[in-house]
Amino acid sequence: MNPSGKWTGPGTPLPVRSPQKDAVRPRPGRQGLLLLAGLAAVAVTALLGVAWGSLSIPPATVAAMFWRRAVGEVAAAPWPAVWETVVFDIRLPRVILAALVGGALSQAGAVYQGLFRNPLADPYLIGISSGAGLGATIAIALGLPLRWGGLGAVPLLAFVGALGATTLVYILSRTDGRPSVTTLLLAGVALGAFLSSLTTFLMFHTKDAFQTMHIFGWLMGSFALSNWAKVWMLGPALAVGGALLRAYAHRLNVLQLDDEQAQQLGIPVERTRLVLIVAASLVTATAVAVSGVIGFVGLIVPHAVRLIWGPDHRFLLPMSVLTGAVFMILADGLARSLLSPTELPVGVVTAFCGAPFFLYLLRRQRKYVHS
Amino acid sequence: MIRKASPRSNTLWQPALSPPTDGRIMLEACQVTFSFNGTPVLDKVDLRLEEGKMIGVIGPNGAGKSTLVRLLSRSLTPASGRIWLNGQNLDQWRLSDMARVLTVVPQLPQLPPVFTAWEMVLMGRTPYLGWMGRESEHDRAATRQAMEETKIWHLADRLISQLSGGEQQRVVITRALAQEPQVLLLDEPTAHLDISYQVETLSLIGRLVKERRLAALAIFHDLNLAAQYCDELVLLQQGRVVAQGSPNHVLTPSTLRQVYGIEVAVIPHPHNGLPVVLPVCDSPSR
Repeated sequence: MNPSGKWTGPGTPLPVRSPQKDAVRPRPGRQGLLLLAGLAAVAVTALLGVAWGSLSIPPATVAAMFWRRAVGEVAAAPWPAVWETVVFDIRLPRVILAALVGGALSQAGAVYQGLFRNPLADPYLIGISSGAGLGATIAIALGLPLRWGGLGAVPLLAFVGALGATTLVYILSRTDGRPSVTTLLLAGVALGAFLSSLTTFLMFHTKDAFQTMHIFGWLMGSFALSNWAKVWMLGPALAVGGALLRAYAHRLNVLQLDDEQAQQLGIPVERTRLVLIVAASLVTATAVAVSGVIGFVGLIVPHAVRLIWGPDHRFLLPMSVLTGAVFMILADGLARSLLSPTELPVGVVTAFCGAPFFLYLLRRQRKYVHS
Repeated sequence: MIRKASPRSNTLWQPALSPPTDGRIMLEACQVTFSFNGTPVLDKVDLRLEEGKMIGVIGPNGAGKSTLVRLLSRSLTPASGRIWLNGQNLDQWRLSDMARVLTVVPQLPQLPPVFTAWEMVLMGRTPYLGWMGRESEHDRAATRQAMEETKIWHLADRLISQLSGGEQQRVVITRALAQEPQVLLLDEPTAHLDISYQVETLSLIGRLVKERRLAALAIFHDLNLAAQYCDELVLLQQGRVVAQGSPNHVLTPSTLRQVYGIEVAVIPHPHNGLPVVLPVCDSPSR
C-alpha cells in the first residue's frame, strides 16, 4: 500500500524521516529510549560539572563521594574533608540549579514559541524578565532585609515582579474580553520597556558602584549565589509545571492550527491558552528569580530540538528540558572557568555560544524559520 | 421572498419548534439571525440536516453562506434563534464531545508547514484522545484508512510546506473524515481542486454520506457541481433563504435571474436529468 515501503501497517506508521531529511520523527517506542538517553546525558554532564572548577576533583572521586552518601557509609573517607564541603554544599546545588534553570527556560521557550506561533518567541516575551529585573533591582538598591525559608529579598522580589508584570501584560492585552496574541506581544514589549526604564533609573539612583555591579550582574544571570533553598524553590515548580505542560502538549500541537480549526477539533482555545501561559510563566518566573535573566537558552534549545526531532510538543517539551539542562551546566562551567578566578555572568556565555548557533540554524533552515 | 415549494420540501420543512426525538434530524437551525456591526448577515434562517443527505448552500458572494457554517459549527454565536445538534442545544455541548459528532472543512485553512501530512490527519483524532494526548492503535488505523480513502496515503511522509494547495485541501478533508463525525460541514470543499479531484472528492463525500449515514452541508460556488451531488439545495441571498428544495426546483432561470441578476439557460444533464446551468452570454462576435 505504501509506495515507500517504510510502513508495514497501521501498527508502525509514524513517519520515520521526512524526504528532505530535516527532521527525524522518533516512533513512540523510541521516544522513551531517547528521553532516557537524555536523562543519562544530564547525569553525566552534572557529574563533570561538579568535578570541574578551580579546585579540580577527579570525576571518579565525585562518583565515589555520591556513592558513599547514597549507601550511608560511616568509615573515614580517603579524600580531604574540604572536598565534601565543596562538592555537596557549593558545587552540587549550583549544578542542579543550573540544570533546573536550563530545563525550565528551554521548556518555557518551546511553549511560548508554540503559543504565539512565532519562532522568535522566548520565555521573556511577555514581561517576565523586565518585571523580575525591577523586583531584583529594588531589593538590591534598597537593601531590603526580607528573608523567607532561606531565600533572600532578591529572589523573592524578582519572583513577585515577574508574575506581576506578566499578569499586568495579560490584563492589558484583553480587548473586548478576549486576549489576542498580537496585543499580548505588543503589551509585553511596551510594559517591558517601561519597567526597564525604572530599573535603569534605580541603577543610576543608587550611586553605589558595588550595588550597580550587583544589579548589572543579576541582569545578566549568574549561579554564583546558588544554594539548596533555591533548588527547593525551583525543583517543585518545574516538576509541577512540567507535568502540566506535558499533559497539555498535544493541545499545544493542535493550537498550531488557527483558533477555529482548533475549536472544531474539540479544544477550548481560550482556556487552554490561559493554562499554558500560566504554567509556563510560573516556571519561568521561578527560574528567573533564582538565577537572574539568562538569555538565548529559551530561544535556541527548543529550535535545536525541533530541528532534530520534529515539532510534536509531546516529545519536544521533555526533550527541551533535558537538552536545556545539559546546555546550562556546560555554560555555567565555562562561566566559572574562562576568567578564573573571576566569574563571568552565565548570560554572557549563553549569548556568546547561542547567538552564532542560532544564526547557523537560521541559514541552514531558512525555510523552516520562515514558517 | 420567493419560496419554491417542492413535494419533498413540503414534507421536510415542518415548523421547527421542538427538538426532534426520532434521531433522524442531526442538525437543526431555527430562525437563526446574525448581524455583524449592526449589519444583518443572516435573517431568520431555518435549516435541517438529515442523516444520509447532503445539502448544498448556494448564493452570491456575501449572501451569508460562510457565516451560516460558522454559526452551525459554533465559531460564531447567533444573535437570536436556536441551533440543535442531535436534539441538544449547540452551546450546551462540551467542545470535545461536539467534535466527535460534528466537524468542519474550512475554506483555505492555514496549516502549520512543519507537520507532515500524516501528523496533520492524525490531529483529527484529537477529540478521542485521553488527557495525556497519546494516540491508540485504533486512532492510527482510522487515520490510515481515511488517508487511503482519499488517496493521499502516498503523501503521508511529506511536510505540509511541500504540498500543493489542492493536496493541502485534501489533507484537511481527510482530517475531517478521520474525526469520524456524523455531521460534516464543508465550506467550498473543492475550491482549490482541479476537475478530476473535484469529482473524486465530492463522489467520496457523497458515498460516505450514503454509507455512513452522515448529515452533510456544503457551500458551493459551482451550481452544476451542487446540482450533481446534493439531495437538496438552499439558495441564500442577503442572509435570507430565497429558495430551497431539490436542485430541479431551486435552479430555475427565473430564480437565478432574481438572485444573481443574469440570464441563464437550464437544461437537463444528458446522463441523469439533473439541472445544468449555462450562462447566456451576449458575445459581441455573434
